[in-house]
Amino acid sequence: MTLLDIATTVDARGLSCPMPIVRTALAVKSLQPGALIEVLATDPGSQRDFVAWCRSTGHVLVGQTADGPVYRFLIRRK
Amino acid sequence: MDQPLNLVLFSGTDDKLQAAAVLTAGAAALGRPVNVFLQYWALDAFRKGKVDRDHGLAPEAGAEGREHVDHLRKAGQVGWAEVLRQAKDLGPVDIQACSLSMDLLGIDESDLDPLVDGVEGVTAFYLNAGDGHMVFI
Repeated sequence: MTLLDIATTVDARGLSCPMPIVRTALAVKSLQPGALIEVLATDPGSQRDFVAWCRSTGHVLVGQTADGPVYRFLIRRK
Repeated sequence: MDQPLNLVLFSGTDDKLQAAAVLTAGAAALGRPVNVFLQYWALDAFRKGKVDRDHGLAPEAGAEGREHVDHLRKAGQVGWAEVLRQAKDLGPVDIQACSLSMDLLGIDESDLDPLVDGVEGVTAFYLNAGDGHMVFI
């Protein structure tokens, strides 16, 4: 996965629930199907929230990593 | 998840409105329609020019609760009105004022914040609610 593949990054660091999901859902709207979106978040609830959100909306959670307090999600738009 | 989430907001304190806004935005992010019905003191908080003011906290918050809320706010928590505005950008979020509560407060539609989509009675609210979940805050 190269950086070039990422269509947009949502920096939701420091934002509390539900803003990481809200910002991501808004950003996804303007992307083409298949586009890759990167999300950075510090809200601990986001780990489960993004799994649930992707399962419910049909977007694909391609990857999920944690770097200290920062969670990084890679999501492919359906 | 096609059935709407239906929120009846009664309380007008910032903590309860924040909780309601979080529920609304979460449902909207999942593509679920949300109907919000504003009664009594919640409606008062949605009056034009009042939305972004301090509406206090529920009595159970106490002094310690106030500290926690202030801490979260200072850390950059997005306020309930802005959360609702963004939820409306995500999907169908319909915010209606209870007509009885309008009479109680002695106000008309021009007194309401643009977040409010209209005024209706409880029958119309139930009709739109369908078989979706109903939450009273």
